[in-house]
Amino acid sequence: MSQIKSIADLKKKREETRTGLNIRNKPTDPENNVEVKVAMATCGIASGAKPIMEFFVEQLDRRNIPGVVTQTGCMGYCYAEPTVEIKLPGKDSVVFGFVDLKRADMIIEKYIKEGELIDGIIPVNYETIDSKE
Amino acid sequence: MSKYSMHLMVCGGTSCHGSESDAIVWNLRDELEAKGLTNKVQVILTGCFGFCEKGPIVKVMPDNIFYVQVKPEDAQSIVEEHIIKGKIVTRLLYHDPKTDKPIGDSKHAGIFKKQLRIVLRNCGFINPESIDEYIARYGYQALGKALTEMTPQDVIKVIKDSGQRGRGGAGFPTGLKWEIASKSQSDEKYVVCNADEGDPGAFMDRSVLEGDPHSVLEAMAICGYSIGASNGLIYVRAEYPLAVHRLQVAIAQAREYGLLGKDIFGTGFNFDIELRFGAGAFVCGEETALIHSMEGLRGEPTIKPPFPAEAGFRGKPTNVNNVETYAAIPVIILKGAEWFSKIGTEKSKGTKVFALAGKINNVGLVEVPMGTTLREIIFEIGGGIRHGKKFKAVQTGGPSGGCLTEKHLDIPIDFDNLVAAGSMMGSGGMIVMDEDDCMVSVAKFYLEFTVEESCGKCAPCRIGNKRLHELLNHITEGKGSVDDLSRLRNMSLVIKDTALCGLGQTSPNPVLSTLDNFMEEYVAHVKDKKCPAGKCKSLMEYYIIPENCVGCTACARVCPVNAISGQRKEIHNINPEVCIKCGACMEKCKFDAIIIR
Repeated sequence: MSQIKSIADLKKKREETRTGLNIRNKPTDPENNVEVKVAMATCGIASGAKPIMEFFVEQLDRRNIPGVVTQTGCMGYCYAEPTVEIKLPGKDSVVFGFVDLKRADMIIEKYIKEGELIDGIIPVNYETIDSKE
Repeated sequence: MSKYSMHLMVCGGTSCHGSESDAIVWNLRDELEAKGLTNKVQVILTGCFGFCEKGPIVKVMPDNIFYVQVKPEDAQSIVEEHIIKGKIVTRLLYHDPKTDKPIGDSKHAGIFKKQLRIVLRNCGFINPESIDEYIARYGYQALGKALTEMTPQDVIKVIKDSGQRGRGGAGFPTGLKWEIASKSQSDEKYVVCNADEGDPGAFMDRSVLEGDPHSVLEAMAICGYSIGASNGLIYVRAEYPLAVHRLQVAIAQAREYGLLGKDIFGTGFNFDIELRFGAGAFVCGEETALIHSMEGLRGEPTIKPPFPAEAGFRGKPTNVNNVETYAAIPVIILKGAEWFSKIGTEKSKGTKVFALAGKINNVGLVEVPMGTTLREIIFEIGGGIRHGKKFKAVQTGGPSGGCLTEKHLDIPIDFDNLVAAGSMMGSGGMIVMDEDDCMVSVAKFYLEFTVEESCGKCAPCRIGNKRLHELLNHITEGKGSVDDLSRLRNMSLVIKDTALCGLGQTSPNPVLSTLDNFMEEYVAHVKDKKCPAGKCKSLMEYYIIPENCVGCTACARVCPVNAISGQRKEIHNINPEVCIKCGACMEKCKFDAIIIR
């Protein structure tokens, strides 16, 4: 890793990561990658997010779905932990709540493979500063 | 890839569920089937949209149209008009209460989205253990801007003009704090992040540290530049192991990139950050006690002045801010003071994160602009009270705050309005209570906490709170008198006036605010020896209504202390002397014959 010594360096790094963010260190065919984010703050982990994350890592691989699974922080939906956000290529991301192993399997089979929504999606009920401007 | 070209999303949040969203789903599915559209349009039940006041809600995707207060019989119009003919059903749209104009597009303004995430902008979005992802979201851009384009005075001016106030509880203007620290002369200064989050029910600082640690590091470096400090310290609880781990990862990554350390951005500015662990004492959230704890001394407060900005860590000028305060700084630098000061109320700018907990449907972390009302937070974002019970009170500000009631639901929340209403912002814990909560017990709970957490240095807090707690105990045991109520109030006021630090000065607040807002409940406890909410065990009595009792003996068999007597097919009786009030009989009775009175 090189040091960031100027604003230009920072910008370069940002552009690099921007284009790479979708691939999350997997340089193969970023356009068709499924992104899975698992809310892994203390609260998420306590309600069982870890095995869910492992399940997605293992099963995407086993079912030959090109995708990347990452951890992220608290999404704020404590009542619906564990929560998982899925971004299919070219679509808005969707948040699923109360994800246990059975539901995780359903998410892969129905949503990721077929694009069919399943009950219990959590609608995004906030704006962030990006969407504000 | 999907065979469906359209989705009908029906809100299945607890509140909408109550108003027949299941029936809406069935009717929509029936209609679609009748029209042969089941292969094209999918109907699904979703979580709460956070707009319960106008529920049930049906959202049509991809058209992004919101229908509100939908009834099961509206399914036909939605399918026939919207889906088949492509015409929006105007009568089901939300009508702006001011202009009476229909608004359908959910991307239209914040009507459908009460929350605005500034502090939580990256939480649940980026991988907190990847600095690259933070940089991709304009991370460290604000630090770069401050170092290369702004003087330290410019930075302080922006923060001052933004109107940001400290999110730790007291609401002191951040810019002013920085200015005082910058003007203090010293060879060395310190930037401290107070991550000693101790209020029961508050967890926003942990969430920020776990979800977006770099935002705090970046802000601390900006603060260091503006006040002339090159050392930063984060005081974090050892009982937040994941937050500690992610901070450590973040600090190591920032050092590797040269964003912490020597000669940052090639400007000659040096800044580095270390962690200090707290053992979880509530009083260490008070800045002087926090500094003592970091110095390796007992976590006890000292009298201010001198303020830490003049003489803090190791006697040097020290700027102490809370996690949430820091997390907003990079955004303020990038978007400017004017942008930030447009959000919020006149004297409280920006947004506030609240940890919504208690008897509420959507327990969670929410961030709303200052000036949002309690009603919007509790009944819309929070989805209302659990099990359809009646709202009674909301406790804000933790052990230093107070309980607000129905009549406060419509005041716009900001620092000053909450104080005027007899509570405070505090760190943003918000605990919702329903009709089953006894307010005397609630006050007692918080007192228990402060008695436990008092450092014991000053008498008013050490002895006074103990006495307050004893009085409350007496009252809940039915041993209180009317005189005790005035004694409670007097003692509370004395403690407030005479305690050394913020902990003691605010600890009687839960007592005072419940006395103000729920006097009748205190009176019921001391005069009638009754607990209206049925929570105080000593004050309640299980009783069998003779007319309802059929003599099935189920209650007598389940009673663990044999307090219930009565023959088969005869009316039973509970002996109050023996009864331990466990409630097992009441649960067992199928005839609603047992009540608490």
